[in-house]
Amino acid sequence: MSELNTNNRALKWFEARLPVVSFLDHSLGTKYPAPKNLSYMWNFGSLAGIVLVIMIISGLFLAMNYTAHTDYAFNSVERIMRDVNYGWLLRYIHMNGASFFFIVVYIHIFRGLYYGSYKPPREVLWWMGLVILLLMMATAFMGYVLPWGQMSFWGATVITNLFSAFPIVGDDIVTLLWGGFSVDNPTLNRFFALHFVLPFAIVGVVILHIWALHEAKSNNPLGIDMKGPNDAIPFHPYYTVKDLFGLGVFLIFFAYFVFWAPNYMGHPDNYIPADPLVTPAHIVPEWYFLPFYAILRAVPDKLGGVLLMFASILVLAALPWLDTSKVRSAVFRPIYKWFFWLFFADCILLGYIGAMPAEEPYVLIGQFATAYYFLHLIVLLPLIGWFEKPKPLPESISAAVSKKSKGGHGPVPANAPAQEKA
Amino acid sequence: MRKFILTAAAAVGLSLAATTGANAAGAIEVPDESWTWEGLFGYYDKAQLQRGFQIYNEICSSCHGLSLVAYRNLQEIGFSEDQVKNIAAQREVEDGPDDTGEMFMRPALPADRFVSPFPNEEAARFANGGALPPDLSLMAKARPAGADYIYHLMLGYKDEAPEGFELGATQYYNEYFPGHAIGMPPQLYEGMVEYADGTEATAEQMAHDITGFLQWAAEPELEERKSLGIKVMLFLIVLTAMLYALKRRIWSDVEH
Repeated sequence: MSELNTNNRALKWFEARLPVVSFLDHSLGTKYPAPKNLSYMWNFGSLAGIVLVIMIISGLFLAMNYTAHTDYAFNSVERIMRDVNYGWLLRYIHMNGASFFFIVVYIHIFRGLYYGSYKPPREVLWWMGLVILLLMMATAFMGYVLPWGQMSFWGATVITNLFSAFPIVGDDIVTLLWGGFSVDNPTLNRFFALHFVLPFAIVGVVILHIWALHEAKSNNPLGIDMKGPNDAIPFHPYYTVKDLFGLGVFLIFFAYFVFWAPNYMGHPDNYIPADPLVTPAHIVPEWYFLPFYAILRAVPDKLGGVLLMFASILVLAALPWLDTSKVRSAVFRPIYKWFFWLFFADCILLGYIGAMPAEEPYVLIGQFATAYYFLHLIVLLPLIGWFEKPKPLPESISAAVSKKSKGGHGPVPANAPAQEKA
Repeated sequence: MRKFILTAAAAVGLSLAATTGANAAGAIEVPDESWTWEGLFGYYDKAQLQRGFQIYNEICSSCHGLSLVAYRNLQEIGFSEDQVKNIAAQREVEDGPDDTGEMFMRPALPADRFVSPFPNEEAARFANGGALPPDLSLMAKARPAGADYIYHLMLGYKDEAPEGFELGATQYYNEYFPGHAIGMPPQLYEGMVEYADGTEATAEQMAHDITGFLQWAAEPELEERKSLGIKVMLFLIVLTAMLYALKRRIWSDVEH
């Protein structure tokens, strides 16, 4: 692959021995072709990667000042907040970074759902994304335990106890998670170790995710393949600068929360030190787990709830086959488009129900919302694919783009999110 | 650009929808007060914080600890080094062991954390009819309504509980305490402290001041945080605007 256009002899010498610059040029640079019509919805992938780096770096410095012991954890976090130079900044970046990581990744996932990014040939790419999501959830959950506040302790107790629902091996799994017979110091120690290492596992799967992406190349708002050089532009400088601009906007939102509302997305109870003898009135997970928490609680049976909760993510792995439509983008799918937004609303509703106490009418609404979640994925998606008559697809990306910019009303509907006239 | 704004709005909408849900679980409605530390340019009124410290020192500290704050931190709210040394020296801490292996008591130093009134939870409960006076270091962050809650709790006592409401022998009725039956007696009576700066010590004034002090105790970094935030934000806005201009320029030769 070493075909770098350079007159710099030192660089040539180095490239002949380790062609890292041309490797980067091929993967994120001028040699990587991307569809020319990507909308701003395609910013969130690289954004998620950057947030992961922010989390790893801020987390590293927090780890240097944190004490993973039940007697000291809470106070060591407060020491970071009060006595470590810019410790408050590190911690608030890390704390809010977790929330923003999920915001970015959820938008990234819903974008994939809308534009059919999981369909052939991107199934494995989609799977890698789901593995990243699962690893993120495990990492976020264990990270939330580390400050050893009331919600840390009781969240850990509730979630680890879920595994006891499994027949025969359940109790052994829980003992193994705890490192004893209740959530205690060994639990905190292993959660810290795992919380430190799992992000690097995420980095590994992210590399696979990008690798798979580079085989299939990016999907795009039209959902049709790139057919020639007219459809593509090099990633650098076009998408590097677009991603940088998106990063700037993201950082403005992020900075607002870090500097002015750092605890808005947290729970006040976590500023009370963990007390195994006092149960909080409402044990609520962090907001990004609420839809899954609602699904868990929708089933009166513990094992059933746990299985359904895991199923709610695992079923997404079968999406490429559950969605029977040959057309990727919802832009050309008049019926699916509506059901997409209904599904989106259902997920928001599940999140709301997850935050509410387990009483009527929330329980009943939660059961309907859960049923609809699975109904959409398992029943409606195959049916819509069979019965829907998609609109005609444009012959190529460049054809659609020229038509749009000349103001024509061809096969691309006026609201096609294909491009913005920047 | 239109598409971009829509995307950003969707992102914000999603995050707000998600978080309002998380904060919606029902509780007693606490009225909203206005404070100097709120808003983009929030700051602490040092005179208020010093009066609040006086309340804590003379009243609250006989039952409540403030164990995460050190005496040296009082310099941040305007006390001089000598004043801080004097304030610390009024309390005793256990130190040691000395050369003979014995523990001994010595006056507290500015480097010490605030001395808690009780050696342990059992002693605290024993002295307070079974109730545990919580440490106040993080009180302004550890309750849903934060500072507003502290202010209204201090003023929220009713002489008599509503009819049919059962109070324990050492309990009092408070409008804002979860469950209303609180172990702490009413604390703030007009004129019970004499403010060093001559401010009239009404109950509202004292509640206002102690709230400020506890807010500072919970978030001592707030002023630095918000002022750094303004600089970071201005930088980001200029940077992002320049990136947008650059993006337009680079994309100007592509039909898209």
